Amino acid sequence: MTAAPGARADHPAGSALAPPGTSLVHDSAHLHVSGQASYVDDLPEPAGTLHAALGLSELAHARLVRLDLDAVRRAPGVVAVLAGSDLVHGKFGPVLADEDILVRDTVSFHGQPLFAVAASTRAAARAAVRLARVELEPLAAVIGLEAAREQGLHVLPPVQLARGDIDDVLATAPHRLAGTLRQGGQEHFYLEGQITLAEPRDDNCWHLWCSTQHPTEMQHLVAHALGVAVHRVGVECRRMGGAFGGKESQSAQWAIIAALLARASGRPVKLRLDRDEDMRATGKRHDFHSRWEAGFDDSGLILGLRVELASRCGHSADLSGPVNDRALCHVDNAYFLDTVQIRSLRLRTHTVSNTAFRGFGGPQGMLVIETVIEDIARMLGLDPLDVRRRNFYAAEAGHGRDLTPYGMQVEDCIIGDLCARLEAQSDYRRRRAAIDVFNAGNAMIRRGIALTPLKFGISFNATLYNQAGALVHVYTDGSVLVSHGGTEMGQGLYTKIRQIAAHEFGIAPDRVRLSATDTTRVPNTSATAASSGTDLNGKAVQAACRSILARLAGVMARSHGGDAGDVRFHGGRVTLAGDPARSEDFADLVMRAYRQRVQLWDSGFYATPKIHFDPVTRTGRPFYYFAYGAACSEVAVDLATGATRLLQVDILHDAGCSLNPAIDIGQIEGGFVQGMGWLTSEELWWREDGRLMTHAPSTYKIPTATDVPARFNVALYDAPNREDSIHRSKAVGEPPLMLAFSVFFAIRAALASALPARQQVCLDAPASPEAVLRALGVLEAP
Amino acid sequence: MTAPVAGDQPGIRFWWHGAQRSVVGVASTMTVLEWLRTEARAVGTKEGCAEGDCGACLVMLAELDADAEQGVALRPINSCIHLLAMIDGKAIVTVEDLHGASGGLHPVQQAMVDCHASQCGFCTPGFVMALFGLYESRTDAPSRAATCQALAGNLCRCTGYRPIVAAAAQAFERPRHRFDRAPLRTALQAMAARAALDYRAGAAAGGGRFEAPATLAALAQTLLAAPAARIVAGATDIGLWITKQARPLPHLVHLDRVPELHTLELQQGQLVIGAAVSHSRAWPVLCRHVPALSDLARRFAAPPVCNAGTLGGNVANGSPIGDGMPPLLALDARLRLQRGGQVRELALADFYLGYQRTALAPGEFLRELVVPLPGPATRFACYKVSKRYDQDISALCAAFRVDFADGVITAARVAFGGMAATPQRAPACEAALLGGHLDAATLDAARRALLTDFSPLSDLRASAAYRRVVAGRLLERWWHALAGGGSPDALDAVEAGA
Repeated sequence: MTAAPGARADHPAGSALAPPGTSLVHDSAHLHVSGQASYVDDLPEPAGTLHAALGLSELAHARLVRLDLDAVRRAPGVVAVLAGSDLVHGKFGPVLADEDILVRDTVSFHGQPLFAVAASTRAAARAAVRLARVELEPLAAVIGLEAAREQGLHVLPPVQLARGDIDDVLATAPHRLAGTLRQGGQEHFYLEGQITLAEPRDDNCWHLWCSTQHPTEMQHLVAHALGVAVHRVGVECRRMGGAFGGKESQSAQWAIIAALLARASGRPVKLRLDRDEDMRATGKRHDFHSRWEAGFDDSGLILGLRVELASRCGHSADLSGPVNDRALCHVDNAYFLDTVQIRSLRLRTHTVSNTAFRGFGGPQGMLVIETVIEDIARMLGLDPLDVRRRNFYAAEAGHGRDLTPYGMQVEDCIIGDLCARLEAQSDYRRRRAAIDVFNAGNAMIRRGIALTPLKFGISFNATLYNQAGALVHVYTDGSVLVSHGGTEMGQGLYTKIRQIAAHEFGIAPDRVRLSATDTTRVPNTSATAASSGTDLNGKAVQAACRSILARLAGVMARSHGGDAGDVRFHGGRVTLAGDPARSEDFADLVMRAYRQRVQLWDSGFYATPKIHFDPVTRTGRPFYYFAYGAACSEVAVDLATGATRLLQVDILHDAGCSLNPAIDIGQIEGGFVQGMGWLTSEELWWREDGRLMTHAPSTYKIPTATDVPARFNVALYDAPNREDSIHRSKAVGEPPLMLAFSVFFAIRAALASALPARQQVCLDAPASPEAVLRALGVLEAP
Repeated sequence: MTAPVAGDQPGIRFWWHGAQRSVVGVASTMTVLEWLRTEARAVGTKEGCAEGDCGACLVMLAELDADAEQGVALRPINSCIHLLAMIDGKAIVTVEDLHGASGGLHPVQQAMVDCHASQCGFCTPGFVMALFGLYESRTDAPSRAATCQALAGNLCRCTGYRPIVAAAAQAFERPRHRFDRAPLRTALQAMAARAALDYRAGAAAGGGRFEAPATLAALAQTLLAAPAARIVAGATDIGLWITKQARPLPHLVHLDRVPELHTLELQQGQLVIGAAVSHSRAWPVLCRHVPALSDLARRFAAPPVCNAGTLGGNVANGSPIGDGMPPLLALDARLRLQRGGQVRELALADFYLGYQRTALAPGEFLRELVVPLPGPATRFACYKVSKRYDQDISALCAAFRVDFADGVITAARVAFGGMAATPQRAPACEAALLGGHLDAATLDAARRALLTDFSPLSDLRASAAYRRVVAGRLLERWWHALAGGGSPDALDAVEAGA
């Protein structure tokens, strides 16, 4: 790993200052390594806690004829049993309430929950589930994406984004090329499965400990299902054992069922999904089949592009609308598309409802245009990097080639410079030439290299979600407690917030603690999603701190004689006008302020400026800014078996002025490897009847340490965000996933060397050994 | 529940966290993880998958071993599929037991913190245990390859592994901390007096029985008396029957206490491997005698699985995709099966009758494997193809063996896993090779014959077409390797930037 330019030394302890830009260690690291970090299943259970289990459907599409749960109710230890017909408010959903909490009439995917049991132990609950007598009448099931497209089954209406006369441009372009791209979905594989512990409290109130990215939505949906006002439900989450989008909407069903069982039994109920149940019954990244047609000139400049994105949404809407909107808004990636038409199909199938997953549709849209670029380069006999560069958005706005298909001006385009730096750092051209020589002399092992860019829009596409609140307490001993609406899933949000708050007060980070995220402390929060956690909550926390600081400065100025504007908070001390004689400990000032009856706590609020988006015309400025990055990967491919290996990767990524280089590099490395898994070894495989056969780590293969190369060079592109983000940093949660495109296209490049010159390479994602051999034409299509 | 053992009802006795435990009243199939988390409320060890494939549940199993440091061997196992009754007489070390010299963090824990090697933290205790095991097993910083191998059974979805691998080496830059195994040795020696276990869960705990006979005769007698009892060795498969399928297993008989079943020795040019010998013990010895097994051994399974699972279990289970069988079939391995006092020998090739069906008679058990070692005239190779390099089940696994005399093939064995309902030899291909020379004509005949040997299925690991094509290509690859020519055939040989 190369140290980030400008990054300061690591920051092991919390007692020294750790201003933004230092690598303060994760606030829970010492707890993680000693097994003392508590996840929901680790919390001491309230007396009388019951354990829940679910009965899942064994058919993909069926009419529920009879559900006989008598034996379940009589089973040892069983206290409460619920079926869909027991529920008054039986529907839920994050956007549309179109899903059954428990199936009432019709099963719509294999693994859908039919009933729920609460018993004295988890084993008793799971044993009782097996006693149910379920009668299902099978109905015709549509499992595959192509079948849904052929039958015109949509979960939401098609959407189109267009500019210019695409037919005309394609007809007159010097060159035309068309292609298709099949991309598989992806299981989140958070290590901690879905879990909620629901506790009844007095006066018809409920408290939930839930592993979720979206406590407010859990609160709303649980309140609705219980038929109570929102203020009767509190949802708390200290940390998740991973989420990646899979606990944004997908945590809701389990939270609701736990709460309903708690009401039915009058006792606390814990519902924890087993890994297989989790993988069968929760949504995944959407798989896409895309068709495209491009017109371009001799230099590879794209003149017109038509794309149809078809996604498998599953049986309900869930977040498929916004996911596909983001796919639509990211087909351009880093490239100006003058004349463009993008159509998005949101297909309905009898499979689990696909959902948010790191990148949120963006990766699926972006992989299409990267394929287009590669195919153009191959047809013209050019280096793909040159074709990429030819099509980049302009570095300076206002002189053309700066308008996205959705009408937003790209004002901060640094991709040209970033790629040029990476091209030099990675020695791309020399290695590419060396690989050509290697490939000419090797029959069965081929190498490939690719350098791919990314541009990712930062903000929720839906403007309203771009708001956040915070609550900051300064206690009389000068210690600080911060609450905000964001959730910690490992991304280091709490650590960055700690740095931000400590920096505001000029105190050491160990004087600042983060409370568990709790809807009773900060209300009406947005999901911690869209990479926005630090951008939104960091600003809200800063605002709360500054309200308190203004009052403290007033106290300081009044007591020492001076101007509040000259008060500085630094190094645990408060100093007026730089005068050592007018300086005191932060804690002393706080105590004096308290005695003077000055408010030592405050709330903060932030709403992202400048953004707007018209959901009807799908134009506007949905994103506050863009994050950029690029990666150069080199692979080796065994043409005999289709096995691949990543040999080296070099990454240059834009995190603005990084708040915490170690955490940001961790996000970059982790995102890259997760993306690499999506595009190589991670394959979801459904049987014809709709049963998911890759439902556990024995069959679904995420990368291991061996898959990560020794040469894994990551550097930060050190330049301030041009927008006024928190300390001019940039969001870093999702964008690095797309760095893994470089692995996919390096594999394609290796395959290209084995195919006749200029022949299009048709590689499906994931590039499994089988997909590799298919691309080489030695297997028939599946 | 931890209670004194009452009279004739023996509890499950083991040492953990500074005390001897004696557990009664739990199900005979309770896992170590379940006991830790629900009975002992020690929640540092996590459940990530309940099938031994993610490593979040790693604990160290401690056993007496004269060759190990302080006489105690420490090996990581997956506690999620290891039955509590299996650790009777042993000790476990969990993340709660780790600490540094002054009671703070252990060097591997501190290195994990310093390297920013945890993000969500859920997998972290498992990684810490794997790194602790690695740290305890050596005196100097491990190579990257050694670290990756030690971590082959640990999944992290957040970090991308780079900082974890760095932490493994960085731990050695701190003052050496030795985990004191003396209390474990004392406890293990004290528990060694009780030879056999017959644990019966009360009716309230399901009424199951777990027997661990201490002699070969007692084992044979037990199985004769209760032919329906299920034999358990390492539970790396049976553990999943419990956690995933809730299969009733009212009577389990554990092989581990029988000394004869731990035999691992050379007898007249044949390697004898007792049914209770773990993969971790068996494979290094196999590889010493048959170096061509090394790549397969590396990729067979991750260390926690190899530490618990046995080669005998791999064979006796009859799984179509077990990686042990193709090479054993190609090496003409034989099985010694025992029923009561009777021992018979059967060729491994005759053992499988169908999908997960074997030639074992009621009351009969696999006592040991007999592996004839190849002589100088024998050429042997095996290949594994899977979606992921580490800890993956093969799409197909191939083993090839020929004996040459004066350039003529005098014996041929071709065996595949993943190509049929059981691991199988390829008789037509073998016949085509027999009597042939190392030339293109023989290869061509063998390749065409191979196509007639199998009708593979399409499943989640590969399509039938892929399996057919790649089976032939592996044959070709082996042939070219025999001829000593051609391009390098392994990705291992390729270097970036070269």
